[in-house]
Amino acid sequence: MRVTMRVDGADTAADIDRPGESLLATLRDRLALTGTKNACEQGECGSCTVLLDGDPVCACLVATAQCEGREVRTVVGAVPRAVRDAFLTCGAVQCGFCTPGLLVTVADLLEREADPSDLRIREALAGNLCRCTGYEKIIEAVHVAAAASVSGAEEARATDATAWPEAATTPAVDAPAPDSVAPSAAAPPATERTGDARPSAGEPQ
Amino acid sequence: MTAPVPATTTAPADFEFHRPADTAEALRLLAQRPETVPIAGGTDLMVAVNYRHTRPAAMLDLTGLAELRQWTDEGASIRIGAGVPYARIVAELATVLPSLAAASRTVGSPQIRNRGTLGGNLATASPAGDGHPPLLATGACVEIASLEGTRTVDAADFYTGPKRSVLEPGELVTAVTVPKAAGPQQFLKVGTRNAMVIAVCSLAVSLDLDRRRLGTGIGSAGPTPLRAPEAEQIDLPWAAPSRLDDALLIEFGRRVAAAARPIDDVRSTAEYRRHALAVCAARALRRVWTAAHERSA
Repeated sequence: MRVTMRVDGADTAADIDRPGESLLATLRDRLALTGTKNACEQGECGSCTVLLDGDPVCACLVATAQCEGREVRTVVGAVPRAVRDAFLTCGAVQCGFCTPGLLVTVADLLEREADPSDLRIREALAGNLCRCTGYEKIIEAVHVAAAASVSGAEEARATDATAWPEAATTPAVDAPAPDSVAPSAAAPPATERTGDARPSAGEPQ
Repeated sequence: MTAPVPATTTAPADFEFHRPADTAEALRLLAQRPETVPIAGGTDLMVAVNYRHTRPAAMLDLTGLAELRQWTDEGASIRIGAGVPYARIVAELATVLPSLAAASRTVGSPQIRNRGTLGGNLATASPAGDGHPPLLATGACVEIASLEGTRTVDAADFYTGPKRSVLEPGELVTAVTVPKAAGPQQFLKVGTRNAMVIAVCSLAVSLDLDRRRLGTGIGSAGPTPLRAPEAEQIDLPWAAPSRLDDALLIEFGRRVAAAARPIDDVRSTAEYRRHALAVCAARALRRVWTAAHERSA
């Protein structure tokens, strides 16, 4: 049975040979996309976390055949640079096995909530187990990534504001004022969220 | 990029995976081949598949059925489609169904709550399922469909044994109708951490001030989720709320613990489960009573 889906922005087909084959097995064993890690295969550890139509899920608990026409983003396509950099800077990686799943979960958290509290971070990461770090440095990395994303957005806003240098002095009917540009600039552009030059995928449904 | 498709060296295996467009088609497929295994969030089924405890030759995907993935306001109650994931119950129904939303928030992890559904919890019918106690405490009804039509079963009559229910071959759980909260509700769950834990025991309590009714639902402390009818009949000081004292709370806890039928297993002992339920019950009753009193004051 052939299943077609978008994986990290690319149209992808996989031939599966049993109805219960997991998305995790398909990604790793058929598509050779080994960024998504296999640890427990029972949804306990979060190592295989991917975004399915934008929501974090355990790839081991999704049947590949359920993904026909749907959008999958792995650690390769779901994680902004600020999140990866923060994990490195803070030493939030030790053995690294849980890292891809954590990166995907953190990327999703920060997209929904720009500056989450410790409590929110702990709840959002409750499904990602790490046996090395004791989590403190991971939580620190989330704060660092959040701060970097905010300052990155401010830089983008400043850049956008200078794109209309005449706006302050010449109110034009059609030209947006700098302030009205800010909300869209605060959200990272979709192209920045993909890890490479592939075209970004559209919103689900 | 188009990923390479590995050439299959063997002939395609003989298997079926159905993606019906609506419930009627799903029921037809299920009637034709009753051994077909329905899958929604997959949070129970895929574990069994991954560990080779089951190897279904045919599966039926319920996640494409739009009618199962919505909830509707029915006035006095909320009808929740069997395919609404827990994450949406938490995000969208916490005000009207507080104990079910609280229980949903304790299910697994965010990843599990994005996939797992109330319908799956019911179809699996594990006595430890977190969704069950609030359904019992609030008097919810389960909607079951087959080619013969639709029938409705009280949650209290749905469970028949460990991982067994009244669900017959060819039937699907399509929705759950849960009465809106008519007063404060509580859901308490005992486990080793706040996430990714199968309950040692759990308890839902709902209070209806107008009808002067108390509802209970016990989880993970018996062969099925259970109500505690004698605890629900406890004589509460409705007319003089300040007279709810420790003795009454302890008696309520005793009656809840007495209604449980726990066993010793890997997660706990029967003795501890009874003890914990008594503590949880007293705490839950004090909380709902205090909240109701504050609210009406």
